[in-house]
Amino acid sequence: MIAEFGHYALVLALGLALIQSVLPMIGARLRDDTLMGVAGPAALAQFVFVAAAFAALTACYVGSDFSVLNVFENSHSSMPLVYKFTSVWGNHEGSMLLWVLILALFGALVASFGGNLPATLKATVLSVQSWIAAAFYIFILVSSNPFLRLPQAPFEGRDLNPILQDFGLAVHPPLLYLGYVGFSISFSFAIAALIEGRIDAAWARWVRPWTLAAWMCLTVGIAMGSYWAYYELGWGGFWFWDPVENASLMPWLAGTALLHSAVVMERRNALKVWTILLSILAFSLSLVGTFLVRSGVLTSVHTFASDPTRGVFILAILMLFIGGGLGLYAWRAPALKQGGLFAPISREGALVFNNLFLTAACATVFVGTLYPLALEALTGEKISVGAPFFNLTFGPLFIPLLLVVPLGPLMPWKRGDLLGVAQRLILAAAFGILAIAATFALMSGGPVLAPFGIGLAVFTMIGALTDIVERIGLARVPLATSLARARGLPRSVWGTGVAHFGLGVSLLGIVCASTWGSERIVALKPGASVSLSSYELTFDGMVTRQGGNYRELIAKFTVRQGGAEIAVMEPSKRTFATRQMSTTEAALLTRGASQLYLSLGDQEADGSVAVRLYHKPLVLLIWLGAVVMFVGGALSLSDRRLRIGAPKPARRPAERPAMQPAE
Amino acid sequence: MTRKQRRLVLIGGSLGVLALAAVLVLSALKDSIVFFNSPTDIAEKNIQPGSRIRLGGLVKPGTLQKGEQLAVRFDVTDGNRAIAVNYQGILPDLFREGQGVIAEGTLQPGGGFKADSVLAKHDEKYMPKEVADALKKQGHWKEDYEKKK
Repeated sequence: MIAEFGHYALVLALGLALIQSVLPMIGARLRDDTLMGVAGPAALAQFVFVAAAFAALTACYVGSDFSVLNVFENSHSSMPLVYKFTSVWGNHEGSMLLWVLILALFGALVASFGGNLPATLKATVLSVQSWIAAAFYIFILVSSNPFLRLPQAPFEGRDLNPILQDFGLAVHPPLLYLGYVGFSISFSFAIAALIEGRIDAAWARWVRPWTLAAWMCLTVGIAMGSYWAYYELGWGGFWFWDPVENASLMPWLAGTALLHSAVVMERRNALKVWTILLSILAFSLSLVGTFLVRSGVLTSVHTFASDPTRGVFILAILMLFIGGGLGLYAWRAPALKQGGLFAPISREGALVFNNLFLTAACATVFVGTLYPLALEALTGEKISVGAPFFNLTFGPLFIPLLLVVPLGPLMPWKRGDLLGVAQRLILAAAFGILAIAATFALMSGGPVLAPFGIGLAVFTMIGALTDIVERIGLARVPLATSLARARGLPRSVWGTGVAHFGLGVSLLGIVCASTWGSERIVALKPGASVSLSSYELTFDGMVTRQGGNYRELIAKFTVRQGGAEIAVMEPSKRTFATRQMSTTEAALLTRGASQLYLSLGDQEADGSVAVRLYHKPLVLLIWLGAVVMFVGGALSLSDRRLRIGAPKPARRPAERPAMQPAE
Repeated sequence: MTRKQRRLVLIGGSLGVLALAAVLVLSALKDSIVFFNSPTDIAEKNIQPGSRIRLGGLVKPGTLQKGEQLAVRFDVTDGNRAIAVNYQGILPDLFREGQGVIAEGTLQPGGGFKADSVLAKHDEKYMPKEVADALKKQGHWKEDYEKKK
């Protein structure tokens, strides 16, 4: 009954979406308030119905209703309650339902908080948003219905894929989808601007918070996925350049570029046509990501089941929206009024530099990810493009970008002075060079590039703070004055500084963990010891434990440093009876930002067990940096309210957003 | 600087970055991609020892041998031909005899294969697509595998 209720709610949501895709659009063209007024309530109702459908599926999972095919295939009555919730999106159908739930959520948010949007723009945006929603509702209902029943209810379910039974998975997909789908808002705004043939700085001001929010979620979503792969897959790596990872990296790169070009548009009314293109590209790449992951063209842990009709369906949606979006762009963009030009050495110039290198880096990832697929389709030749390719292409394009990151915020708008900015960065550069020299002095062997990586990270971090330090006059004026100034500083300045600082933090983590990490693979008998870095580990023996839906074989290790016992580590192997599968649960010991990582291999006939040991110095900084970037984004986002309320320069009164209600 | 010069700088810069990216991609594609081959491909294409490839197929039942220091040896077969693979390290959780596997490494002069990484499937539904295709080509694909889901 609950499943049918969910199914029905989803059909009603489709009906509403179809109405919302047509009526407000016609209303906006005819300037008919009644027709335009349909958009808001329809968007809210759509969200309510999709939420009801999602709640219905969740209820089926929590109640272990195995008469529903989807629940039977991905759940088990003995599974812990939290995983019954998360397995709702641990499968293809459920995760698509989550996708549309978030899409509807964003539509509802625009409907509720878009009060100061011009009425026609709001109606057009919501209408476009609904085109996307309708396409995906049809996709779910036709080819991926999670509410299908089995003729006879089985007694027990088949369990969720064990490697997905993990807390990291509980948060990774929703965050990632918030990012992916969040870009649909900037896409809808871009399409609406093209349809209306009008775009100005105010447009950028409305789009930026949405892009920023999506970008923040995508940043931590990717970081979460990376951390999950790090500890769950047992290889100790944080990034594999796997196509599914690239699928999430591409929208992030395009979204980061969009974030920066929207700033130029908002402040200087320039780069308008380019910003529109980036808005379309960012969401297109999100769709490409969804296609790659969901269609079954790639085999990975994300590909729950490959069904060719689904792939073709998503491909059709993809072509419709990307082709349609770019076609509309080619047709209408030349009619948009171009913004003013600026000197190459200026804040705008620095942001253009950022955009060029980000999009070029994104393009190399795109080629590396899709070339194998294209080659196989055309010639049948199978190749794999892995880390060496991306290190050779992505790396060289990202380094100049990192060098320029500290320069940008210090540049004045319109016309800048490179020498002056360079002088202000002397301190940061000095620290960077000092870091290089110190690393060279301390380092014994290892790649020559590593010290430069450290230097670059230090330069980026100190450089990011330079702007803030200078503005509040730290160490030049009394501390109390500095603090008062710090409070008065616009939040967006803090946001920029903090986010750029986070980038440096991540880089530092990446360089340290991949250069000075140590690894050993040994077979140990109980009582034997092994040393790694400054740690001494003793294998005490194996014990077994019974979990809810698995049996666990645990190896106990005592960790000593300098003779003193500091911890006990328990890496394990879990065997899940239902799926006849085992997973390796790594044991992690966190010391500061560094980690000791233990992962078990097979137990041999002679009683010894294979163990993989890693010492990863400063590895946590990689993900911590992403969190810092998120905080920077949040600071910048909180500035929006202040900025809209703040008085604008008198010479640009037209840009002030209308504060009266739209209807 | 005139308007025209500014625009030229912008366009020139963009083309420069684009060209740089293209050069990087092309050179990297030439050197750093790895081709996938089945044991039959290796025999038929006459691939030279020392070249880096991905080898895919099924682990031939009864061929898995474990030696000292985590050394393992097993045969990878596509039903037609088989190749002996040497590997040192920990095998993935789902590595089993009779199951699909992909090994990346180099072909040795004696005809063996030295792997530096071994990938197995992620769960019981998943067969590496390359392996499935290679098996289909050799006519050893069991249709019911697909239907079982």
